Amino acid sequence: MIPEAGTGALLVALVLALYGAVAAAVGGRRGRPALVESAQHAALGVFALLTAAVLLLIYAFLTFDFSVRYVANNTNLGTPFYYRITALWGALEGSIVLWAWLVSIYTLIVILRHRTSARQLYPWVLTVMLTVVAFFLVVMTMPAPVFSRMMPVPADGRGLNPLLEDSGMITHPVALYLGFTGFTVPFAFAVAALVTGRVGDFWITTTRRWTIVAWYFLSLGLLIGGWWSYHVLGWGGYWAWDPVENAAFMPWLTGTALLHSVMIQERRRMLRLWNLALVMLTFSLTLFGTFLTRSGVIASVHAFTQGSIGVFFLSFLALVVLVGLGLLAWRWDTLGAQGELDSVVSRESAFLLNNVLLVAATFTVFFGTVFPLLSEAVRDVKVSVGAPFFNQVNVPLFLSLIFLMGVGPLIAWRRASLENLRRNFLWPIVIGVTAAALFRLLGVRSILAVVTLALTVFVASTIGVDLVRATRARRAMGERALPALGGLLLRHNRRYGGFVVHLAILVVAVGVTGSQAWSVHTETTLKRGEQTELGGYRIRFDGLRESQESNHGKVTGTFTVVNGRAAGAVLEPAKKFYPQEQSPIAYVDYRLGLVDDIYLVLGDFARDGTSATVKFQVNRMVSWIWIGGLVLTLGTVLAVLPERRKAA
Amino acid sequence: MKPKFIVGGLVIVLALGYMIWAGVTQSAVYFVTPSELSAAPMDGKAYRLGGLVERGSLKWNPGTLDLTFSVSDGKTVVPVRHKGAPPDLFGEGRGAVVEGQWTREGYFKATQILAKHSEEYKAPHDTNEAQSRGLIKTLEKGAR
Repeated sequence: MIPEAGTGALLVALVLALYGAVAAAVGGRRGRPALVESAQHAALGVFALLTAAVLLLIYAFLTFDFSVRYVANNTNLGTPFYYRITALWGALEGSIVLWAWLVSIYTLIVILRHRTSARQLYPWVLTVMLTVVAFFLVVMTMPAPVFSRMMPVPADGRGLNPLLEDSGMITHPVALYLGFTGFTVPFAFAVAALVTGRVGDFWITTTRRWTIVAWYFLSLGLLIGGWWSYHVLGWGGYWAWDPVENAAFMPWLTGTALLHSVMIQERRRMLRLWNLALVMLTFSLTLFGTFLTRSGVIASVHAFTQGSIGVFFLSFLALVVLVGLGLLAWRWDTLGAQGELDSVVSRESAFLLNNVLLVAATFTVFFGTVFPLLSEAVRDVKVSVGAPFFNQVNVPLFLSLIFLMGVGPLIAWRRASLENLRRNFLWPIVIGVTAAALFRLLGVRSILAVVTLALTVFVASTIGVDLVRATRARRAMGERALPALGGLLLRHNRRYGGFVVHLAILVVAVGVTGSQAWSVHTETTLKRGEQTELGGYRIRFDGLRESQESNHGKVTGTFTVVNGRAAGAVLEPAKKFYPQEQSPIAYVDYRLGLVDDIYLVLGDFARDGTSATVKFQVNRMVSWIWIGGLVLTLGTVLAVLPERRKAA
Repeated sequence: MKPKFIVGGLVIVLALGYMIWAGVTQSAVYFVTPSELSAAPMDGKAYRLGGLVERGSLKWNPGTLDLTFSVSDGKTVVPVRHKGAPPDLFGEGRGAVVEGQWTREGYFKATQILAKHSEEYKAPHDTNEAQSRGLIKTLEKGAR
């Protein structure tokens, strides 16, 4: 009964979504509020039905209803409680359900927030949102039916992929999808703006927070994905330029560009066309990413299930791109800039360059990701470009972006005077150059590391200069230092939220630089009681033990750190043997530190427990990347708080 | 649009084009089957070699960390040497993609063994020939 109810709910939701999309459009076009209201009810119905479908699926998982193929394929009787819930998005079909559900939640929030405030655009926004939901519902009913039955009903399921039994898998897909789906809202507003011809700044100011929220969740999804990769996959890295990662990274890059370019439009009435195009590009890239990873045209470590779903995504992507370009062409003459770029040395131009670089980075990532397809089509040679390509091309772009991160927020609008430049950048440049010399003296050998670290110091100093100056100004008016700083952050929360996000990016940059430059690794076979040393840490192999867990067997190695700050710490990397798997799965153990992570992977072992082969890594500064994620969260919260500028 | 912006844009586009071109030529990795590799082996070039690990060819010495095996596509067999413990999912009769270089001494020196995981996987009793054929297909796909 449950699966049939679920399928039924999804079908009714599809009908409602389609009806709502059409009704809202007709209502908007003919000016009939009753129709728009009816579409609104349909949207609420879609949300309720999708919620019901999600709950039914969770129920099926919790009750081990193996008559549902998806449940049987992704859990078994031994799957722990939490992972039976997260198994919901453990594979393709459920991910689509989650995706659609999230869009319907966003639709609900749009209804609550904007139904009166954005009266003109609202019907069309509703149309676009419901069309997107309808697309996912079509995917759910045709190529990826989640509630389909399995005959005969198996006694036990296959179990969740062991690599997905991790806390990262609870949050990573949700954050990523919240980011992906979040960009639907700005996209819907952009389309609505074009359809109604209200291409002014209203849609930009209305969607500013939406863009920040979507961007934040996408960032978080990427960072948690890196964390999962780092502590589960056992290669000691967090980013591999894998097609799936790239698929999520591309909309992040264009989304970052968008966050900055809308400021130019708000302030200087420029870049109207560019912003609309950027929103559409970002939304298209979220679809493209899904197409890329789910269609099987490009394989990756994620190696998702293949199926006809690619065709659906490609068709929808084509529709989105065509409609987008068509609308832009239709409104072409209203999209001209009202402002002018006055000087190369100005904030506009810094932001513009930031956008150009971000789009250039997007293009290189895109190119590198689809290069294997291109080369096979054009030259019939199977060639791929790996991490070296992406690093080589993107590092200069990212370094320039970090530099601009320091320049952009402080340089004057329109035309920066020499006085303005000196006032803002003299000290940061002095501090940055001194830092470079200092790093060099301290023995940092890699030029790249020196440059990156000096740049981050430069940018951090610009933020410091700004804060000191603004705090001083408030103190001059009689406030004390700390309240002055706090008041500053809260009154100009948008600006300082941005600064904190910049700081977060710097912290991540330091983490990436440090881990690339200073991490060391080795692999060795140790007899029981034997020691080995790496990067100043000695570990001793103390033995092996066997154990049986709820859904797998486990061989655990015991290693003790015998010196240094982590002395006495016991690390227990293991191999897990899942009955449904034909080979063991490594379970990494690690001690995280602010500077050094000790990271062990059990490679192989003698059956009698007398010796074990272990991968031993000392990874440096990696924790900074995760700390950056926390700072990013703070900055985002600050940036989306309501502005309280009345006193300013 | 002032000419200096157009010039600036051109400079950026050209620089980007050059970086991409240089990047591609320097970091291209060619996917080959054992037959293709032995037909035209070039030492020093980066390859990804995909095939089945020959039964009876796998030797692992924990003391020296030497891992040797042969990769075959049913027609040609290529000997491979690697330093390090065999990764998970790696074993005789299974598919593998090894990244590395062809050496003048007549073996493939692997720098990395890529083990791939699928999101849905087979029950233990599903092992049959059809699966290994499917595996080769997957591997070829993995190369693209």
